Amino acid sequence: MTVSLPRRSRAGAPPPSPERRASALDQREGRRAPGRLSLRWLLAGVLAVLIAGLAGLALGPVGLSPLGVARQLLDLVPGINIHSGLSTREAAIVTDLRLPRVCLGLLVGATLAMAGGTYQGLFRNPLADPYLLGVAAGAGMGATAAIAAAHGFGDAAVAGGLGTPVLVPLAAFVGALVAVALTYLLGATGGRYRTPAVLILAGVAVTSFFTAIQGYLQQRYAETIREVYTWIMGRLVTAGWHDVLLVLPFAVVTGAVMLAYRRQLDVMSVGDAEAESLGAHPRRTRLVLVIAASLGTAAAVSVSGLIGFVGIIVPHTVRLMAGSSYRVILPLSAMFGAAFLALADLGARTLTAPDEIPIGVVTAFFGAPFFIVILRTSRRL
Amino acid sequence: MLPHENDRLGPHAVSVRGVGVILDRNQIIAGIDLDVATGEWLTIIGPNGAGKSTLLRTLGGLLPFAGDIELFGTPLGRMRRRDRARLVASVAQDPVVPPGMAVVDYVLLGRTPYIPVLAGESAVDRDAVAEVLVRLDLERFAGRRLESLSGGERQRVFLARALAQGANLLLLDEPTSALDIGHQQDVLELVDKLRRDGGLTVIATMHDLSIAGEYAQRMVLMAGGRVVAAGRPRDVLTQDMLALHYQARVRVIDGEQGPLVVPVRAGD
Repeated sequence: MTVSLPRRSRAGAPPPSPERRASALDQREGRRAPGRLSLRWLLAGVLAVLIAGLAGLALGPVGLSPLGVARQLLDLVPGINIHSGLSTREAAIVTDLRLPRVCLGLLVGATLAMAGGTYQGLFRNPLADPYLLGVAAGAGMGATAAIAAAHGFGDAAVAGGLGTPVLVPLAAFVGALVAVALTYLLGATGGRYRTPAVLILAGVAVTSFFTAIQGYLQQRYAETIREVYTWIMGRLVTAGWHDVLLVLPFAVVTGAVMLAYRRQLDVMSVGDAEAESLGAHPRRTRLVLVIAASLGTAAAVSVSGLIGFVGIIVPHTVRLMAGSSYRVILPLSAMFGAAFLALADLGARTLTAPDEIPIGVVTAFFGAPFFIVILRTSRRL
Repeated sequence: MLPHENDRLGPHAVSVRGVGVILDRNQIIAGIDLDVATGEWLTIIGPNGAGKSTLLRTLGGLLPFAGDIELFGTPLGRMRRRDRARLVASVAQDPVVPPGMAVVDYVLLGRTPYIPVLAGESAVDRDAVAEVLVRLDLERFAGRRLESLSGGERQRVFLARALAQGANLLLLDEPTSALDIGHQQDVLELVDKLRRDGGLTVIATMHDLSIAGEYAQRMVLMAGGRVVAAGRPRDVLTQDMLALHYQARVRVIDGEQGPLVVPVRAGD
C-alpha cells in the first residue's frame, strides 16, 4: 500500500531579492536594534550624572547657585580660568566638602549597580545582587571585628595607631574578599556538580557563617552595636579625598572589566551549555567577572557601608526601560547608579539636616516605590 | 564497523570510532562507530534513554569522551572551542529563551565564534545575521522579543542562530518535538532545503518515526547506549526491529518518501 502525503512548501520560497535584504539591514541599523546602546539613552545617562552631581554640589545647608557651582567646577579644570562668583568660603564648601562626597557617591553607585547587573547576568537570576556571594557578610564581619578590636584595645593601639577610619575599611575590604574567595572555592571547584546554582548556595552558606561570627562579636562587645549598625546602614563618609582615591582605582579597573565583558554576558544568557556550543567559555567568564564584581563591590562597601538596593533596582530599571541586552544594561547601570546614589546621598544629608539619615534607608525608602511604579507601568513585563 | 555505502558522496563530515561517554560513573554510550558523509542527512532514533542526545552533544564537543571523533578530517579533541563552533552548530532540544531578547540579537549570538571575546560585532556579522533572517523569512520578526513568538516561529529562529554560525555540520536534537504536525513538516522541509542548497550535513535525533524516515537518507537505531541498526530508513524501520527495541506494536507501511510507522493497539 502506498500513501502519499501533502507537502507544504513555505521553505521553498524564492531566494530573497536585494531589496528585502536591504530592509532587514535597515531594521538592524535603525530603531529595531535593541541590543545596541542608543544615543538617546547614552545622553540621558550622561545628563542624569551631570544633574545629580550638580544638585549634590549646589544643595545643602548652604544653598549655592548651580551656575556658580558649574563655573567653579570648570575653574578646577587645568587651563580654564574663570571666576565662579562664589565667595572663598562657598568655593571651599564645593571643592573641599561636597565634591569629594559627590564623587564618592558617583563611584560607589556606579560600581554597585554594575556589579549587580553583572551578577544577574552571570547567574541568570533576577534576584542576584552584588552581595550574592558573601561580600556583605564578609565586609560586615570585618568591620565589626575592627570596631570591636578598637573598643577592646583602644583606638590608637590597633593598626599601628592608624585608628578606625583606616582600619574599618581595610578590615571590611579583606573580609569581603575572603568571603567571596571561600564561596568560589566551595561552590565552583572540586565538587562533582559545578553549576551556577551550587555557587549561589555556597554564597548562602558563607553568608550565614560570617553573619554568625559577626553576631557573636556584636553580642560579646555590646558597646560596638551602635557603631556597627551605623556602618551597616551605609554612609558616605566625608573624610576629604582619601576615600575617593581609595575606591577610584578599583572602580575604574573593575568597571572597565565588567564593561568589556558585556557582550559575553549576552552570550551567557542562553545558559552554559549553549554558550559553550557557540564557542564561548562561560566558566572562564564567570570567574573573571566574579573577581571583578566582587573586588569593585568590596572596595565600594569598605568606604560606604552596606548600601542595599542600588545593585538590584538600578539594573532592573534599566532593563525594563532601555532593553535587556547587557550591552545596554551595564553602561546605563553605571551612569544611572551613579546618579541615583549621588541623589540619595543628597537626601541623606539634607532631609533631616543637621542630622544624617543612613543612605541605605534613603535608597530603599525612595527606590522601592519608584521601582514598583516602573514594574507596573513597563510594557516589557 | 558499519557499511560505508556513502563513501562515494565525498569525504566524511563525521567519523566516529569506538566512542564511549561516561557521566557520573555511568556508561551512557559505548562502542559507537559512525560515518556521516558530507551533505548527508542522518537521523538517530531509539527509545528514551538510548543515548541519542548524549551522542549528539558529544559530537558537538560538549562532553568528554573516549575514542576518536573526527569532524571534516580534524580530531574533535584538538579543536579550539571557537574553531569548533565555526564548524558545528547545535540546536538543543529545548533551547533557553533569554527573557526580553530580540530575535535579531538572539541570531547575532550565532556570530559569537567570529567576534573577538572583548569586542563588538562587525559589519560582516551584521550582514550575516541580516542574510540569515531573510533566508528564513524572519525579517518581520527581527525586533520582536523571542518569547513572544509561536513555537514554529521560535524553531526557525533557533535554526537561524545555528545558520549564523556558518557551520557545515548541523546537529538537531529533536527539532520538531514542540511543534504541531504542519509546523514539523515546515521546519524539516526548511532544513532539507538548507542542506541541499548550502551543502550542510545534518544529524538529527527524532521521536516521530514516520517523519524521521521521510527526511533521513540514513538512519541509526540506538538502544542501551549502542548502535543496534544502521542503514536506509526502510532497512531500519522494520516491525521486528521496532518491536525488539521499542517494545512497540507497530505496522510499517510503504510510503512514497519512506516507510510509515503506525502504532497499533494490541488485538485480542
